[in-house]
Amino acid sequence: MMSNPTPESLHPGLNLGEEHGEDHLEAETSVFGFWVFVMSDLVTFGMFFAIFAASSAPMWMAGGPGPKDFVDIGSIAWQTGFLLASSLTSGMAVLSLKERHAGEGASRGRLIFWLLLTAVLGFGFLYREIADFVSMAQMGAGPTRSGYLTAFWSLVGLHGAHVTAGLLWCLTIVVGVLVRGVDKRWKLALLRWAVFWHFLDVIWIGLFTFVFLGGLI
Amino acid sequence: MLASLFGRLNWDSIILVKEFEDPDLQLLITSGAAAAIPLGGIFLVLLLWYLKWWKPLLGWLTSVDHKKIGVMYIIFSVVMLFRGVVEAVLMRTNQAVALNGGFLSSDHFNQLFTTHGTNMIFFVAMPFLIGLINVAVPLQIGARDVAFPKLNSISLGLTGAGGFLITISLLIGQFSTGGWTNYPSYTGKLVNPGPGVDYWITAIGLSGIGSTLTGVNFAVTIYKMRTKGMKFMRMPLFTWTALATSILLIFAMPPLTAACVMLGLDRYLDFHFFTNDQGGNLMNFINLFWMFGHPEVYILILPAFGVMSELSSTFAAKRLYGYTSIVAATMCIAVLAFFVWLHHFFTMGQSTTVNAAFGIATLLISIPTGVKIFDWLATLWGGRIRLNTTPVIYLCGFLVLFVLGGFSGIILANPTLDYQVHNSLFLVAHFHNVIIPGTLFGILAGIHYWFPKMFGFRLMESYGKVTAWLWSIGFVITFMPLYPLGLMGMTRRTVDYTDPAYVPLMLVSGAGSLLLGLAFLFLIITFWRSIVNRKQLVTPIGDPWDGRTLEWWTPCPVPEYNFAVLPEVDSRDAFHTAKERGDAYAPIEKYEDIKIPSNTYFGLIIGILGCGLGFGLVWYMWWMAAGSFLAALATIIVYAFLPEREQVIPAEEVRRVDENWRREARETYGVTRDDEITEANKGLARPDVVPG
Amino acid sequence: MLDSYLQLAVAETFLQPTGPIARAQLDHLNYVVILTCIAIVPALVALPLILFRYRRKKAGDRYRPNWDSNLGLEVAMWGLPIVVIFLMAISLWSITQRLDPYEELGKDPLEIKVIGLDWKWVFLYPEEKVAFVDELIVPVGRPVELEMTSDTVMQSLRISALVGQIYAMPAMTTKLNFIASDAGEARGMNTQFTGRGMWRQKFLVHSVPTDEYQQRIAEARQSPITLNEQTYAILAQQGTAEEAKTPLGITVLEGPLETQGTATVVAERDVPVGQGIAMRLPEPKIFQRVLARYKTGVPMTPETQPGSPSYDPAKASLPPLTAVRMEM
Ligand code: HEM
Ligand SMILES: [Cu+2]
Ligand SMILES: [Cu+2]
Repeated sequence: MMSNPTPESLHPGLNLGEEHGEDHLEAETSVFGFWVFVMSDLVTFGMFFAIFAASSAPMWMAGGPGPKDFVDIGSIAWQTGFLLASSLTSGMAVLSLKERHAGEGASRGRLIFWLLLTAVLGFGFLYREIADFVSMAQMGAGPTRSGYLTAFWSLVGLHGAHVTAGLLWCLTIVVGVLVRGVDKRWKLALLRWAVFWHFLDVIWIGLFTFVFLGGLI
Repeated sequence: MLASLFGRLNWDSIILVKEFEDPDLQLLITSGAAAAIPLGGIFLVLLLWYLKWWKPLLGWLTSVDHKKIGVMYIIFSVVMLFRGVVEAVLMRTNQAVALNGGFLSSDHFNQLFTTHGTNMIFFVAMPFLIGLINVAVPLQIGARDVAFPKLNSISLGLTGAGGFLITISLLIGQFSTGGWTNYPSYTGKLVNPGPGVDYWITAIGLSGIGSTLTGVNFAVTIYKMRTKGMKFMRMPLFTWTALATSILLIFAMPPLTAACVMLGLDRYLDFHFFTNDQGGNLMNFINLFWMFGHPEVYILILPAFGVMSELSSTFAAKRLYGYTSIVAATMCIAVLAFFVWLHHFFTMGQSTTVNAAFGIATLLISIPTGVKIFDWLATLWGGRIRLNTTPVIYLCGFLVLFVLGGFSGIILANPTLDYQVHNSLFLVAHFHNVIIPGTLFGILAGIHYWFPKMFGFRLMESYGKVTAWLWSIGFVITFMPLYPLGLMGMTRRTVDYTDPAYVPLMLVSGAGSLLLGLAFLFLIITFWRSIVNRKQLVTPIGDPWDGRTLEWWTPCPVPEYNFAVLPEVDSRDAFHTAKERGDAYAPIEKYEDIKIPSNTYFGLIIGILGCGLGFGLVWYMWWMAAGSFLAALATIIVYAFLPEREQVIPAEEVRRVDENWRREARETYGVTRDDEITEANKGLARPDVVPG
Repeated sequence: MLDSYLQLAVAETFLQPTGPIARAQLDHLNYVVILTCIAIVPALVALPLILFRYRRKKAGDRYRPNWDSNLGLEVAMWGLPIVVIFLMAISLWSITQRLDPYEELGKDPLEIKVIGLDWKWVFLYPEEKVAFVDELIVPVGRPVELEMTSDTVMQSLRISALVGQIYAMPAMTTKLNFIASDAGEARGMNTQFTGRGMWRQKFLVHSVPTDEYQQRIAEARQSPITLNEQTYAILAQQGTAEEAKTPLGITVLEGPLETQGTATVVAERDVPVGQGIAMRLPEPKIFQRVLARYKTGVPMTPETQPGSPSYDPAKASLPPLTAVRMEM
């Protein structure tokens, strides 16, 4: 019917409902569409990155604190650890779909377990990030202090807001799977959410390298 | 208490109240005419309620059918175009008499060019094109709908919310005065603390998100939903340009959204992105804005190019010349569009090397553009051109005038010359010269062309032709004088001037703008007369122009499911090939049940909550803003749980409708192109007997 | 009467250049126009011919519905624009480099600092210790370098007959170099929209022989008005130079434009922008202190930011240069 057949090979082992070409096409379209959206989101991050890069010289700090004054590398390491680990667990969640009849019994439990673990790690990340923000604000490094700090808070905060959205999404999927079972709809949601979550990981690596490490050097 | 409920909104913010307390003729003239829109809107809603038409209205507003969504985009744009034209005529007539002071105050004039520009770009040109893309693209690629129908409805809702905000600013408070570019620090909180800039930010931000989602939707639709055999190099040109535009939307809207968010953070939370002090940098805004802004002009022009490609081949009854060239040129333009943004501020003091590099990049774009012009000419060459049709008038107007617009663009691409003509009326003449004959003519011709697909009947050619001529002549008279005026040094965005030397040309231009107002009036008359005479204009068989692409292979109006059986494609102009073979309307053996998504309130709810979010932010009514935001979030989550509702149209029903149509097509005689614009044209094309 | 129409009162355009830069720009414009015509005239000529030849009524046996490509034609279609654009790119590159607004046009240029305000320009001559508001006096034949900033929102200073325009931005400086080859007057203005009074933000550039220049400077040094922190704060209020005169204590005479206190008299039949204000400049660092305003690490407030509706000259002081906490 459509020009992109080969449904079998698209999501090997993901058991998207019955063996139906149409479902595979839908999965394909839906995940591809989400990828495209993520590309667009990537540009948004790119813009905030660019503004940050353009505001990193001392002259944009307006005499206020610079990265050396407030970046707590220990906390950043924790955040990185949480996020990388959560990426792993989100991968495990997707993998748990691979088993046949993931809708029932043990494997549904496994899916929910991995999702909840991911959420816990994500909350851990957010907790440390917010704690860092609070201590920055207390030491006079709030976003209104200088152009540099504005760019810093916005870039890191944009990522944090994405993580928050991702967590909300994750919990929604947990509830959805509990209420409705692992049907096609929630499998698709899971696939897209996993793309999103990995994407946030990649962004974080960028932040870690350029904003935090780069700031300290 | 009241303060927290109404934020900074008070009685005096409401223009009518202000007008009552302190009558001011000027305010009445300027706001009055345009305020017809919101007042008319309220009146309309009440009228519909009274007539009990709200049910069908709701049916439309909750529809996920790409054709209905397209039509709603177009109706929305026509309404906004009314406002844009009224404002434009006011500005032009003011300047015509503005030697040492016209009838508009500076504040009003400044609001007028800001709303005119913002409105025309974001709420006229873009939704018009998105509307046409919605109507035509799924049909052209042989699809039942777009990839994400619900998302499509959300995009419409967000665009509507943006339109609501810019419109309500006429009645409550005022709009920004910072131009459509809205550069800080003029738009910063210190210099412009009022609600105007916040209206701009929220309106543009919301509709921008809608446009991004539209881009995603159509990129995926074109990528994934093509019918069997519809290879990339067989896609109609309009679909190609829609794909290019979608890609541009995906990558070019985020800088604008980012700029809006940042400016908002500066204004609401005292951040320092673009402030004068504390290490803010207004140049960053200008860069972000034009990283969006330049691709935006190609977002606006490429689909118009697509329409022109379709028209030149259809109305010359000939294959498109240089298909591969045109596709290559389109994609070249789309890519290059991202590397020229700096030409909008050659005068910001960067090094000449940077300027020269961006100048040359800009020149490069004119190569593929020039090639396209030649390709269209070659398409006409060797054809049988139907000069008596409306689309051909637009096509010819476009070919002549757009070339002139490109000419002045090449002048502007030279940084040295831009030092002189930047910010002058020369620039205003240039961009109107590409936007009106390019984008607007493309849109109007496209509406004329696809009108039968949307509504089942043609537009009247008699009025259509007058309208097309009025737009063309009005354009020339209004905007050609602005070139010399700009060279003479007259700047843009100036309410009044002091040099009598400008007067004669300003008078000419003012007169021309009246013609453009008349052109708009005739556009409406064309719609009106055609609706009245629709019985004579119906084209039920669906192919009134002897079309070549798949959209014409459906009845008019098009059934909800588009194609009873998805067509298979084996060549570029597949429908034309089928007609030549003589089996275009041959009976079909097998029909299947068709599943189409049911209506949903999702988009409508998001749109309304978008209005609430924007309005709450503008007036510091935090409860409203936060409430709308949370409600939108909740809506999204709730809809994730609601069952996906579908409507199944049984095979028998499909068969009945489709067989009737095919039979009628086989049994009707059809008309040759000689009778194309007569009542005999029922949408079935009969080939000419070509001598020789 | 009629001749006042279409004939510009003051040289306001590079179509009537009074300096070598604007002259070169005009030449380049002509070159670009001619070159572009090579590509577009064929298209404009071909269209009516094609429409006529292939109109439906007559096309008949010339009709070739399936003709859709031709290698030779294709080469020509791509080739012609490529050649034209190539030629243009070469000249674009060289002239852009040659007419660099940052390049000094000779030894020992006259250095003038420019501050853009709502809606007036302040020209500071630090070496001569004078300043003019909305009036720029330059000696013929001597290179001039304007160093510009803005003390409100972004502006753009354009002197068409001499050089063109460059933005002036708060907390930043930009440069514009030019040289006047003919004596006479030219219009300068702000072209960037800055609000209500922007359209009146115009001034005259007087290109005068050196001795006259010296004389004008000497006269300005006698001006009763001094540019200092207080008078600057008054100038920074929204309004034109004309509107600033009364608060500065200048009596504006009725009738022909002539102001007490300024040494320059302009007898121009059409000088709607009134006349500039000449001032003494005992403290030449005003320009640097204006820049410093935004770099102290202390945020601006509505009262201290010129251009803000609540700007209050009594509260807005210029910081000493030692207060700068960030360097450009
Ligand atoms: C119907 C005929 C039109 C007329 C008579 C007209 C007239 C004008 C006028 C008088 C201005 C102000 C020029 C100035 O700054 O001095 C203007 C600005 C502008 N127009 Fe139009 N216009 C028309 C159609 C359009 C269309 C169709 C578009 C875009 C789709 C458009 C986009 C703009 C933009 C972006 C600006 C710049 C606003 C700004 O300065 O920020 N106009 N137009
Ligand atoms: Cu551009
Ligand atoms: Cu700058």
